[in-house]
Amino acid sequence: MEKGYSSNSDENLIQAADYVEKPESQLKEMWETLKQNKAAVVGLFIIGLLALIALVVWGSELLGKQILPYDPNYSDMTQSFIWPNAEHWFGTDQLGRDMFSRILDGTKISLFVGVAAVAISLSIGVMLGAIAGYRGGRTDALIMRIMDMMLAIPSILLAIAFMAALGKGLDKAVIAIGLVSIPEYARIVRGSILSVKENDYVQAAKVIGNRDSRIIFKHILPNIISLIVVRATLGISTAVLDTAALGFLGLGVQPPYAEWGDMLGRARGFIFTAPYTLIFPGIAITIIVLAFNLLGDGLRDALDPKSRIK
Amino acid sequence: MNEVLMKVQDLSKHFTMETDWFGKPVSILKAVDEVSFSIAKGEAFGLVGESGCGKTTLGKILVNLYSPTNGKIFFAGKELTVLNEKQRRSYCKDIQMIFQDPYASLNPRMTVGDIIAEPIIINHLLPMSEVEERVIYLLNCVGLARHQRNRYPHEFSGGQRQRVGIARALAVEPKLIVCDEPVSALDVSIQAQVLNLLDDLKAEFGLTYLFIAHGLNVVKHISDRVGVMYLGKLVEIAPKKELYANPLHPYTQALLSAIPIINPEKKKERIILKGDVPSPINPPAGCRFCSRCFKEFEPCQLNSPELKEVSPNHWVACHLFE
Amino acid sequence: MLLEVKNLRTEFKLKRGTVRAVDDISFSIDKGEILAIVGESGSGKSVTSLSIMGLLQNPGRIVGGEILFNSQNLLKMSQKELQKIRGNKISMIFQEPMTSLNPVWRIKDQIMENIMTHMKISKKDALARTIEMLDTVGIPSPAERAYDYPHQMSGGMRQRVMTAMALSCEPELLIADEPTTALDVTIQAQILELLYRMREKFHMAVLLITHDLGVVSEAADRVIVMYCGKIVEEADVKSLFAQPLHPYTVGLMRSIPQIDDDSDQRLYMIKGMVPNPLHMPPGCPFSDRCDSCLERCTKDMPELQEIDGHKVRCFLYDKASEGELSTK
Repeated sequence: MEKGYSSNSDENLIQAADYVEKPESQLKEMWETLKQNKAAVVGLFIIGLLALIALVVWGSELLGKQILPYDPNYSDMTQSFIWPNAEHWFGTDQLGRDMFSRILDGTKISLFVGVAAVAISLSIGVMLGAIAGYRGGRTDALIMRIMDMMLAIPSILLAIAFMAALGKGLDKAVIAIGLVSIPEYARIVRGSILSVKENDYVQAAKVIGNRDSRIIFKHILPNIISLIVVRATLGISTAVLDTAALGFLGLGVQPPYAEWGDMLGRARGFIFTAPYTLIFPGIAITIIVLAFNLLGDGLRDALDPKSRIK
Repeated sequence: MNEVLMKVQDLSKHFTMETDWFGKPVSILKAVDEVSFSIAKGEAFGLVGESGCGKTTLGKILVNLYSPTNGKIFFAGKELTVLNEKQRRSYCKDIQMIFQDPYASLNPRMTVGDIIAEPIIINHLLPMSEVEERVIYLLNCVGLARHQRNRYPHEFSGGQRQRVGIARALAVEPKLIVCDEPVSALDVSIQAQVLNLLDDLKAEFGLTYLFIAHGLNVVKHISDRVGVMYLGKLVEIAPKKELYANPLHPYTQALLSAIPIINPEKKKERIILKGDVPSPINPPAGCRFCSRCFKEFEPCQLNSPELKEVSPNHWVACHLFE
Repeated sequence: MLLEVKNLRTEFKLKRGTVRAVDDISFSIDKGEILAIVGESGSGKSVTSLSIMGLLQNPGRIVGGEILFNSQNLLKMSQKELQKIRGNKISMIFQEPMTSLNPVWRIKDQIMENIMTHMKISKKDALARTIEMLDTVGIPSPAERAYDYPHQMSGGMRQRVMTAMALSCEPELLIADEPTTALDVTIQAQILELLYRMREKFHMAVLLITHDLGVVSEAADRVIVMYCGKIVEEADVKSLFAQPLHPYTVGLMRSIPQIDDDSDQRLYMIKGMVPNPLHMPPGCPFSDRCDSCLERCTKDMPELQEIDGHKVRCFLYDKASEGELSTK
């Protein structure tokens, strides 16, 4: 327990002040704190906007209707390298495709890759970390040494290696990026399980006859879920960046799909003649990464019980 | 004495603190070292000792949170120490525990009703339709109200949380409850409430207690017999009146004299022990207490005294009585 | 009069309201006296000591009163002036000897730092004084143990080191906030004996904050009982224990299992629990738990009144209540 200058009875005093209040659900309380963090609200707003764009674009594609000003994959060589103007807000690229439509179209790919990759690394990472942390001993040593090995290789290099084994393509990029960040989740979960495990309520759960799996899912994970949420939010931004990097290297999403990293990569030859073909995808990547980072930092503050008292 | 409910024979728990390069232990913490005692049905057996004496470890072995290094545990005639993990779990519901820290022993993400219902559900004690009724009954038993069922632990005070912990232990209808310092984290005015509650429940449900505490006055109030532990060893066992009126082991004498008496007029002769409790890692071969003992003589350094019955039901491990 | 606290009020501003942790309390300590403040969690006893030391942290704030130390008001002093007094003239030992020492510094460095900030002496003399202090508080082979780190010492040893540090500048007032709560009984006896001895040796006053009536009865000269931020009773230790007046004090004393009591009777219980500091009952804060609660107790706040040097805040001892008492 942390003591020091604040002595026992003060804590009790503040707790005593707390205990008759109406129960608030954890989500509601989180939202209340999050609302006060301006940066997080901005981040959340941008993410909401991007998600809305992605949904609209995706929905209209399914319905076969065109909602974007131009078909993002339609090339017309006669229209190539038009500088931004009233007709083509972001100009056109080397193949004459409308950049504005392509950037909007790319939103859905980036978001999808970010979320899907995190879902993969999260589910596997949390499971491995939970087993390692709860079991301890040899299981722990084995799992964590493998994780250490994965962490020893730069993640983008590892992703490239996975891509080399799996082949090119969007689905494979998602898997590669997902696999690469497993160790981060495993480590965080293991660490917090080690500390939560020592709590008396976990021991109490064992005494009343719980099985290990139920103890992990019912008594331990709900108490570290906030940490995982924060990490996952920040993880999405990393995944988006990794996809862009793979795209830039030509290993990710294959043409003609509009993916921001791929757009950057293909435009790099025209940096002096048509800089806007690099600038707009670059800005798009920056915005999405920034938004998730802002939200992640805000969540971390919102979920930290110490900051909540103030 | 009544029939024996739990019997512990030469029970030891050693923790390996350090190993050498080949995994061979080089320093061993003997938290519990060859402890033997028995608890009769319906009895409250008190276990006192200072921090680090192994009393909590002992309690945790009995509820299967630790597995013993050596020794045997018999419960209602069955030897528990030969069972495998699955068979052992079926005895869980007979031996329950109340924890010291009411702030740490309840899952903050569960309502108190769910906390109390959980042991009933996972042990399939009642059909689901009757669980709720039972939870309310248990809440009432420990002095909480029906409307508090859906509240979270942080909405309760320390004493109320401890009541929830007691209700959880009662939920599986145990025969023995290990009470690990159940009142030491509570305020004085609340301690009496919880102690009385434990007394009432014992009578109502025919419970047997192993009551672990460092406060000798609290142990005296609730127990029938008391065991004194020092550095992993039981040094004295006696019925409470006998122990408090006629303590034999020098450590028990010092412990009793150290308790402040609530009467400034009555200044008593105080034995102030020298030094601190030595480390339980690689303890000396002789009597564990000899470094602080005020009656130490030659044999104390050489070998460890055995627990011997010096008068009916009064056992002591000291060379002075050999 | 060494320390005089006059009408001290300390509040905690929380989101949901304001908690009056210390509500208009006054007391004084003479030179060489041991005054104990006893109370349960939330009684405001620790907040009182932190207020005196100027160590209140947000959201705590002193909103009124005076704290006179040698007739100087501590509340009117600048941080710099306070720094000179704190650790020098007034020092403090805490409940948790584990966290009150800096784990990355050697024992001697921590004590020497304190000595050298307040006294103008050379490093060599400071070290000599450190070892002397460690010897005084009963640390065996102090010259060697001075070079230990805190984690190499046991809890009792650390509390001794804390005491040595607190006493190193020969303070006139020592505030001991639950000095023995984290310690075992045999160690507690050692530390109490040490406090007593130090008081004799340095003739300092001690403000002992504790929840343990046993410790109070062993160590104190005079006692203040606090409940919900208010002083409910004040008396010298003998008359308090011989004849406690306030129903709360009486209840506390009766609810502790006595070591020399051989009966198997049920313990006396104070019913209910400490009220929520945000929703104090009107009238006496103890009224809803009190067995002898009168009608006016739930309406008005009784004043602290003196009966033969024994102060108590209760209507049972008020002349105006006699009518109601006799009808009861």
